[in-house]
Amino acid sequence: MITRFLLSNMDRRGFVFLALIAAIGLLVPLANLLLPAGSPFHVSTATMSLWGKYLCYALLAISLDLVWGYCGILSLGHGAFFALGGYAMGMYLMRQIGSRGVYGNPVLPDFMVFLNWGELPWYWYGFSSFPFAMLMVLVVPGLLAFVFGWFAFRSRVTGVYLSIITQALTYALLLAFFRNDMGFGGNNGLTDFKDILGFNVQAQGTRAALFAMTCVMLISGFLIARGIVSSKLGKVVIAIRDAESRTRFLGYRVDRFKLFVFTVSACMAGVAGALYVPQVGIINPSEFAPANSIETVIWVAVGGRGSLVGAALGAVVVNWAKTVFTSGFMAPYWLFALGALFVFVTLFMPKGILGTAQGWWESRKRPAPVPAPEPAPAE
Amino acid sequence: MNAPTPGALTSSLLYLDGVSVSFDGFKAIRGLSLTIEPGEMRAIIGPNGAGKTTMMDIITGKTRPDEGTVMFGGSVDLTRLDEAAIANLGIGRKFQKPTVFDFHTIEDNILLALKSKRSVLKTLFWQTESQQQKRIDEILGIIKLADKRERLAGSLSHGQKQWLEIGMLLAQDPKLLLVDEPAAGMTDGETAQTAVLLKEIARDHSVIVVEHDMGFIRELGVKVTVLHEGSVLAEGPLDQVSANERVVEVYLGR
Amino acid sequence: MRILSSLLRTLALAMTLALMPALAFAQQAAEDAFARLSADSFSDTARAIDILVQSAHPNAAVIIEALADGRLLAGGGAVAVKTKEGGFLDARTGQALAAQPAGASPVRLNNNVRRVIQGALGGLGLINPDPGKRVAAAEAVFRARDVSVLPVLEAAIAKETNDRARRALREAQAAILIAKTDAPPFDRIAAVDVLRERGDQDALATLRALPGDASPGLREAQARAISEIEGKLALWRAGQNLWYGLSLGSVLLLAAIGLAITFGVMGVINMAHGEMVMLGAYTTFIVQEVIRSRFPGLFDWSLAIAIPAAFIVAGAVGIAIERGVIRFLYGRPLETLLATWGISLILQQAVRTAFGPTNREVGAPAFMSGAFELGGLAITWNRLWIIVFAALVFAALLAILKLTPMGLQMRAVTQNRRMASAMGIRTGRIDALTFGLGSGVAGLAGVALSQIDNVSPNLGQSYIIDSFMVVVFGGVGNLWGTLISAMSLGVANKLLEPYAGAVLGKIALLVFIILFIQKRPRGLFALKGRAVEA
Repeated sequence: MITRFLLSNMDRRGFVFLALIAAIGLLVPLANLLLPAGSPFHVSTATMSLWGKYLCYALLAISLDLVWGYCGILSLGHGAFFALGGYAMGMYLMRQIGSRGVYGNPVLPDFMVFLNWGELPWYWYGFSSFPFAMLMVLVVPGLLAFVFGWFAFRSRVTGVYLSIITQALTYALLLAFFRNDMGFGGNNGLTDFKDILGFNVQAQGTRAALFAMTCVMLISGFLIARGIVSSKLGKVVIAIRDAESRTRFLGYRVDRFKLFVFTVSACMAGVAGALYVPQVGIINPSEFAPANSIETVIWVAVGGRGSLVGAALGAVVVNWAKTVFTSGFMAPYWLFALGALFVFVTLFMPKGILGTAQGWWESRKRPAPVPAPEPAPAE
Repeated sequence: MNAPTPGALTSSLLYLDGVSVSFDGFKAIRGLSLTIEPGEMRAIIGPNGAGKTTMMDIITGKTRPDEGTVMFGGSVDLTRLDEAAIANLGIGRKFQKPTVFDFHTIEDNILLALKSKRSVLKTLFWQTESQQQKRIDEILGIIKLADKRERLAGSLSHGQKQWLEIGMLLAQDPKLLLVDEPAAGMTDGETAQTAVLLKEIARDHSVIVVEHDMGFIRELGVKVTVLHEGSVLAEGPLDQVSANERVVEVYLGR
Repeated sequence: MRILSSLLRTLALAMTLALMPALAFAQQAAEDAFARLSADSFSDTARAIDILVQSAHPNAAVIIEALADGRLLAGGGAVAVKTKEGGFLDARTGQALAAQPAGASPVRLNNNVRRVIQGALGGLGLINPDPGKRVAAAEAVFRARDVSVLPVLEAAIAKETNDRARRALREAQAAILIAKTDAPPFDRIAAVDVLRERGDQDALATLRALPGDASPGLREAQARAISEIEGKLALWRAGQNLWYGLSLGSVLLLAAIGLAITFGVMGVINMAHGEMVMLGAYTTFIVQEVIRSRFPGLFDWSLAIAIPAAFIVAGAVGIAIERGVIRFLYGRPLETLLATWGISLILQQAVRTAFGPTNREVGAPAFMSGAFELGGLAITWNRLWIIVFAALVFAALLAILKLTPMGLQMRAVTQNRRMASAMGIRTGRIDALTFGLGSGVAGLAGVALSQIDNVSPNLGQSYIIDSFMVVVFGGVGNLWGTLISAMSLGVANKLLEPYAGAVLGKIALLVFIILFIQKRPRGLFALKGRAVEA
């Protein structure tokens, strides 16, 4: 049943995407590990980590697209779920440092020693175990999304109001994680990681494995999201996006469907965050910044919301552009470009790169197309 | 629940008594009482602002009445339930403006409406059984959209959307159907066909039709209730009602 | 302390001596003092102060004050006072000198010397002809609480004619008596009463310092007085927090009220609203720069000039945004949100490129600086003016919406666009003007915020979320709701702060609003019924 759930209704674009990610996930680490540095096909560890980061963002974008593109919930707080997953991973990595920290305390991370804390806070218990930490990567963002969604969807907070309170949520978490008293390293966050599962995080082999793992999770995330949106539940969710009260009068409990999709999406964002942290080597409160979450929205919009491949594509394209832009003489103008991108996409490319390209392709194949319905307002 | 249960307060399918609701001091419904028997088809007419849409909102759980009783099937208090629960009890609603799911195919629109378990998990792992597929095909035939089943609903004409919505109500298989101005914006031919469709539906469902079009109502040939300023002004066969002096006064003014 | 007491004792002596014709003695003593001042030794300096006071030297006050300020110069046989205006006086005669005496350098101070100076000034001040100085001296004695000054104090009280000075002197006396174990018990209890009436933080500290010997009666009086003062102080503190809250509330109101128009009246989510505030602040900065360099005399008018300028600049940018972007997105609120966010990034970067990323200094005109006390409240002028300004802006906006033809057309377009259009209202023009008005008001907020916050490209970012919270909490489309919401959030924030700390207090409020919206999705003062659904 599960295989059928995951693979039914797979279109050609989906297969191309899966094949591409699988190939990248296999070839890039090999090219990094096996080819000599002089080879034209060698991929440097830095490049691999950079692309690993993009692929984490792609997973985050898919998770956001699931709620925004398909269910019409514009979450401006998805960065919070990403960051919480990242913190769960970061806590595991901190506990792995053991007595190799600056203060050499076998139990307490350095920042706690620095703050004169006597013992580990209760919510750090268990994070020395990898399986437990991975469970938390899913549970913490999922639980927050569930509780938040439970209240918000039941009381039918929709549209911009929902967007504004999701933004308030991540803003509140930003403020909270900045506090030293919270026990998450305050301003500096968690960093100076040493080992993951006994392997050195800095080592080339570990980096390659993390990259491959990111591809595996991206594929899994894509398959799960794909399975959800092409099931009947997916049809219900799209129905909710386009005509919420009609769906309700058909007897569907709209709040539960929204809650399901929102929670699944938050877990997915958490996984993306957890993969991101060991590859960039740090997690700090700035990941909660509302601006980050809004930037994620623009990735999805650029790629084409309502298309999972589009969302992933948008994340990679925008972030690649950002890297290119900010590493050259154009660096001071990146925000101009990003800002212009927001305006341009909303005004001229409401369907994103993929939707626009598809429309163009179809109009070439069929000179007189059947008029497609207008894109629904995003509310 | 077709037959009144032992604890039933009434044998009527739908029973409204003394219902009132007001918005910001304006009484949209005042002391409205109405009963619909199982299998009955009823037309509701009334000038603008008579409270027709608000009455539908109350029955389907969109609006909570300030006071009064709304019972379904004799024993279920509708004022305590939300829209989804009421829909699942077997009350279907067709809106004034046709609302279908523009981005779904016509077939998927029917599938979404098809009577079935509505839970999250059931829909996630949904498989359409052959019997259900047969029912979908049947309905597509009734609403004359079988050949367009793969088209997106958003690309249909206004009249076709109305039929699709009626088809969705058929698929929902409700005990009671609320239909809001089904003939609005239709050509004469479409209107006649719609009347035929509704009469067919009324054979095994209770139906409430709200309509302005007197010709259409005459075609249906059923009992008529006239609403005015939120309460019932007259009730009876169309000829009798349209001869009622007060009704004439309300409709034509002095 | 011992030095001070001996000093004050000799001071008492000096007052009696001063009545006798003992000029020669005084002359000699003064010479000794001046020699000591030149010796550049802390103990000699302290002794010299002592002698000057004892001998009641006519220039003693001037000399000791100069010493305290580091304006006393000594060396090369001369002792001179550098006046505050920059001239020089001979310390011996008080006559003006042409120039700084050669070889004279400022007399150095250490903490011990400073203490002696303070006591001396207190003692000298009690018999100063200026009542204000006498009050200040009494305050000094109150804090020093030295028993030895008591006789002087009592003599001064007997002579005192000024009510305020007498009260200050009595309080000083009470502060000494309460700690004086051999004073008559009745006097000590009366002293407690005097302190209780004074009722401030200093009185409380003095009462708490009651020595352990106190009789039960005295203890009881002390406990009663302490609890009474504490109650009163708590009340003042609450009042002060309320004031801070109102001040924060008026800032929130200013930042949010423009949003209440664009979001509340037009339904447009303008994420660049904060940047309109920022543009207002930068306009103020530019206006001040121009005034500083061209018309320095007009500096006190700079804010008054900046107000219309900021309104026009922010309003014009707002109209440009509405005509250029937002009008294509009506009916698609989430897309509007994204596009205006993009605009906010562009505006921030534009300002950063033009003015640099660092904070810009916006000065305060004279009437905005300083503070005054009202009972137990410390009130700064800039906060007071901002509250007044917020109230004026609010009233003006209300008047525009309710009383002008433009306001009528705005409301018409909001309620039924097509009908308004059919009646000949040019809806596009009204949309642009409404958006311009909202943005212009944000610019006005920028003028006010330039006085209390850093003027930097990020200024707007720090207010945008708060502004949205205010509007959403207050209920959309209702200016009064925005007012009440801003004030209650401001006050709640400041009342929470002492208990939870600034950050936790803010988090608590955010969580509260998130929960509140669940309960009332359309805010505190929301419209009901079918009109909302349309």
